[in-house]
Amino acid sequence: MSDSPSLSRLPDTQSLLDTLEQHLRQEIASRQLTDPVMIGIHSGGVWVAEQLHQRLNISKPLGKLDITFYRDDFSQVGMHPQVQASQLPFTLEGRDILLIDDVFYTGRTIRAALNEIFDYGRPAQVLLGVLIERDGRQIPLRPDCVGGTLTLSAGRRIKLTGPNPLALSVHEVRQEPA
Amino acid sequence: MTTANDLQLNDRGQLRHFLSVEGLPQALLESIMDTAESFASVTEQTVKKVPLLRGKTIVNLFFETSTRTRTTFELAAKRLSADVLNVNIATSATTKGESLLDTIRNIEAMHVDMFVVRHAQSGAPHFIAHHVAPHISVINAGDGRHAHPTQAMLDVFTIRKHKGDFTQLKVAIVGDILHSRVARSEIHALRILGTREIRVVGPRTLLPAGIESLGVKAYYDLDSGLEGVDVIIMLRLQRERMNGAFIPSEHEYYARFGLTGKRLAQAKEDAIVMHPGPINRGVEIDSKVADGSRSVILQQVTHGIAIRMAVMSMAMRHDSGEKMA
Repeated sequence: MSDSPSLSRLPDTQSLLDTLEQHLRQEIASRQLTDPVMIGIHSGGVWVAEQLHQRLNISKPLGKLDITFYRDDFSQVGMHPQVQASQLPFTLEGRDILLIDDVFYTGRTIRAALNEIFDYGRPAQVLLGVLIERDGRQIPLRPDCVGGTLTLSAGRRIKLTGPNPLALSVHEVRQEPA
Repeated sequence: MTTANDLQLNDRGQLRHFLSVEGLPQALLESIMDTAESFASVTEQTVKKVPLLRGKTIVNLFFETSTRTRTTFELAAKRLSADVLNVNIATSATTKGESLLDTIRNIEAMHVDMFVVRHAQSGAPHFIAHHVAPHISVINAGDGRHAHPTQAMLDVFTIRKHKGDFTQLKVAIVGDILHSRVARSEIHALRILGTREIRVVGPRTLLPAGIESLGVKAYYDLDSGLEGVDVIIMLRLQRERMNGAFIPSEHEYYARFGLTGKRLAQAKEDAIVMHPGPINRGVEIDSKVADGSRSVILQQVTHGIAIRMAVMSMAMRHDSGEKMA
């Protein structure tokens, strides 16, 4: 299929990180954010955020969000195994937040993440950065900054493995969840 | 006759009901504790709840009075965003002659999703789990002398947080073992987790005959029972369940089996003191010990909420679970 890149044609994660970093810097500058905090979404988003946190010299320690308890598919699939506690070592009230994930697909993860963030406090603004955006949005949310974009057929998923090294791979999935 | 595990696990080994710790795989107990651990951050939120069980209705069905267990189950359910209905049967329709099954059928008809059951009769939650509609889960919140699985899980969770590896630990359970469903469930949980040594300590009248068959060592003397242990679990003297002459007097019981600072010195220096509550100060434990630096009694209460959140969210029915069942 023409829209399904082979492994060799998948973008290099380092150049995606470079592009994402650049876009984040531009966005931080244009929004005049002076001391933003960064939150990565478990687990791929945390790996990406760890790199960006260093590159952007964020002063506060990195926040980590596990959105399991906020997912919208609990009534279909039940509890996801291997939940981690969210760690947000700062108050969110009134803060500027750089929210980082690895892949933006349907938008449901970000919906869950935003709900969880707002249960911790009311941030001033949230900026979403993702390593890669693929097609298939199901709700009206979009990332502000992306490292790259990709078109995949519905039966395929892109996955980030890591943290050392970070690598993207594409998998066939037998069944798409509703 | 179906075993408890036929009832409480689905064909993928996931919790359907939570009736007893006995016979559950170690991995499942660990998964309950890991999930409880992950709920810890919820109390740090400004909004201290997660939307996991939004739209679900949980009924606390208490045929026997309880404050701590019922309130922590209620709070756990509310932190999961479930709707909670407290039915205190001791003051309800069963006293007007309604049968247990009729009570269950009536509450079922109100479209509920989970029963949390406490009953003075051993086996009542199993009976209910056996007869409820397939979409309803049952959690045992203490049945007769049989089991109190969430209490056992919060106790081992507390031990794990303080001591880590169970295979290195000596644990003493002290007091009224005979009437204690807590002790029974704790012994099963500790064994499943591979605890090095489990001791039960108490007067002969309060240690059931053949208790050694559960894999524990019996001690009839407190000092020797506490020697070198890492964890001391004190049990409440259940006066309300005592019809016969089990102990000469509370005063004498305290003199022989009450945990005082001096007694505590027999245990390891960093031993922790636990008690499922409610405490009888001056009967099984000295106030100074109960309120002392080694006591983790109030942490147990806090951990009880996280454990109950874990068990309720893991046992709640979901669509694919229904299809597979």
